[in-house]
Amino acid sequence: MKKVMAGISIVAVLAAGTVAQADITIGVNLGSTGPAASLGIAEKNAITLGPTVIAGQKVNYVVYDDATDTTNAVQNVKRLITEAKADVLIGPTSSPTSKAVIDTVAESKTPMYQLSPNPGGSYDDPKRRWIFNAPPSEDVYAAALFKHFAKKGVKTVSIIAVDDAYGENCVAAFKRFAEKTGIKTLTIEKYKRSDTSATAQVLKAMQGNPDAVYIAAAGTPGALPHVALVERGYKGKIYQSGGSANAEFLRVGGKALEGSYMLASPVLAAEQFPDSYPGKKEALEFVKAYEAKFGTRNFFGSLAWNALKVVEAAVPKALKVAKPGTEQFRAALRDAIESTKGLKVAGAVITMTKADHTGINDLGMCLLRVENGTWKLEDHADFK
Amino acid sequence: MDFSILLILSQDAVTNSAIYALLAMALILVFGVTRVVFIPQGEFVSYGALTIASLQLGAIPGTVWLLIILACLAAVMETARLLSSGAGRQLPKALVVTLGPPLAIAALVKLCAPLHLPLGWQVLLTMLIVIPMGPLIYRVAFRPLADASPLVLLIAAVAVHFVLVGLGLLFFGAEGVRTPPFSDAQLTIGTLAVSGQSLCVYATSFLFLALLAWFFNKTLYGKALRAVAFNRNGARLVGISPHLSGTVTFALASFIGCLSGILIGPITTIYYDSGFLIGLKGFVGAIVGGLASYPLAAAGALMVGFSESFSSFWLSGYKDVVVFTMIIPVLLWRSLSSVHYEEEE
Repeated sequence: MKKVMAGISIVAVLAAGTVAQADITIGVNLGSTGPAASLGIAEKNAITLGPTVIAGQKVNYVVYDDATDTTNAVQNVKRLITEAKADVLIGPTSSPTSKAVIDTVAESKTPMYQLSPNPGGSYDDPKRRWIFNAPPSEDVYAAALFKHFAKKGVKTVSIIAVDDAYGENCVAAFKRFAEKTGIKTLTIEKYKRSDTSATAQVLKAMQGNPDAVYIAAAGTPGALPHVALVERGYKGKIYQSGGSANAEFLRVGGKALEGSYMLASPVLAAEQFPDSYPGKKEALEFVKAYEAKFGTRNFFGSLAWNALKVVEAAVPKALKVAKPGTEQFRAALRDAIESTKGLKVAGAVITMTKADHTGINDLGMCLLRVENGTWKLEDHADFK
Repeated sequence: MDFSILLILSQDAVTNSAIYALLAMALILVFGVTRVVFIPQGEFVSYGALTIASLQLGAIPGTVWLLIILACLAAVMETARLLSSGAGRQLPKALVVTLGPPLAIAALVKLCAPLHLPLGWQVLLTMLIVIPMGPLIYRVAFRPLADASPLVLLIAAVAVHFVLVGLGLLFFGAEGVRTPPFSDAQLTIGTLAVSGQSLCVYATSFLFLALLAWFFNKTLYGKALRAVAFNRNGARLVGISPHLSGTVTFALASFIGCLSGILIGPITTIYYDSGFLIGLKGFVGAIVGGLASYPLAAAGALMVGFSESFSSFWLSGYKDVVVFTMIIPVLLWRSLSSVHYEEEE
């Protein structure tokens, strides 16, 4: 056993040695197993589609799996920083793991592109200034949702949210917008991803007969309360928060999903957008590359893809300041990413500022309707 | 809350309780006969549901590979045991018994999987795949430790749980499945609509509990298992093989788990790791029965189902807290009211 371990560490040292040259090293840590696996696997797929050469420099990828565990995530990120000497970090996948690694990342002064949404709070904080977030903020989601509420005359809403950080963030954003627009929230019900039944929550949500029910969940767990609502004969509108916008959700939900609404990135229905829509061309490019290798397109895959696109655009600016592998390069890369202006990526246009490290506005969000088991574009942002 | 909501909640509770009760039975049975607190019981539930879902898609379920790997491991261990004890002559027979059925099942699945057979055959095929895993897991993980303390067995059970969950992710991916219901029939009683699937769950659970009662009270094997559960050494003295009883017990456990999985597949979304929490709730039921009494465990399962359903309605954020907190007064009551006798180690 000792011999095997020694062998492994020699290989690891050799690997670290080869990586430490002047090539650009992208350290990736994803939750490709554990609770966030359905997101992490797609993100890992998209990383394999990343560029191998940026601005004439060879790019090395070092990819770790944290099993969606906060302790593993911190360890992996430490290894990526000290052993692999990463110039930029991508990941983690889930909100809890992303939160856990912030201190480590800030200490090492390495820019990190997280694939989980910004939990709220300012990027001016000395720790958070190294952090960027790939998904649109919850406010972008909520804005598109409330725009549609106004269009359809929805006045009262019940919420059924999955009992985790994602559900909490959705509910918080919902409350902020509900206060502004005067839409009444009847009840907020919670359920767990692994629950065998959501009947009780659904019954509670249906009391007072709301115009719409808003379900906040990520992945196939979004189907459980949705199917239960339909089974119990709920006749109002059902909105999904967008965390479930994937093909598996359609498969698991089946017929019960017909006519319901889903907040989503334009990537999911890219073909149905007008040709002049900003980010459509880039979205189709992603879809083509991803679907050729991994089957159905995936929103989470597009997040990793977009993060790499932003890094790719920022590297030439940073190369003017310093060589890869140095602290100056990492700082220059951070500044370059922060100064991204109007960069079109798959299904979004990214304009970052000091205060906004997500950079996605309402163009990066649309509303889909389920029709005959596929996504139909219902509503998108106005554009010039 | 009005009367119709009360009825719907109760119906939901009974459906879940029926599954928890089945699992509680399996847990008590395994603990009684082998002293293993069988944490991976729930994994058979998710394996059952996911296997039948893959068969319905016309794919060969990954569990078939697990079955073959387990059979090979068991064959290697059996060979080593026979050779070291100088019983090499029994080797060919032992190999045929260990390797033959799993390989035959794998071949059958390979043949039948793309045919999109009717539901009944899919159920049968799923059971053929999942049930042999119970005895094989016993052979590989628990039989070598048969004389170890319950604590060691518990640790082995936890390890098996992690291995099975990890393999589940590998075989079936991270997304959940929901299988089509056995029947679309709906029974309407007043304001209460009971789905055909729920009726299936009630009928099967009830039938199975009755079958278990018959098995333990009337058949020779059942009586032998009860004897082992009551007194291991005594049973051995009168000629009941502890290994055979362990094998039969684990087969029953995987059967019950697989059946529960097939039953709830159409009611809820099952993920590769769903089984654990379902099994844990069955375990709470089993604890109420002191890991010994079947009727008390069934009552415990009902209590879990009802408290789960009603706390979901009133306090949805704290549902699991309510369910698992209930175990504390139950443990207090049991430890104060029951007579203790230390197990000799």
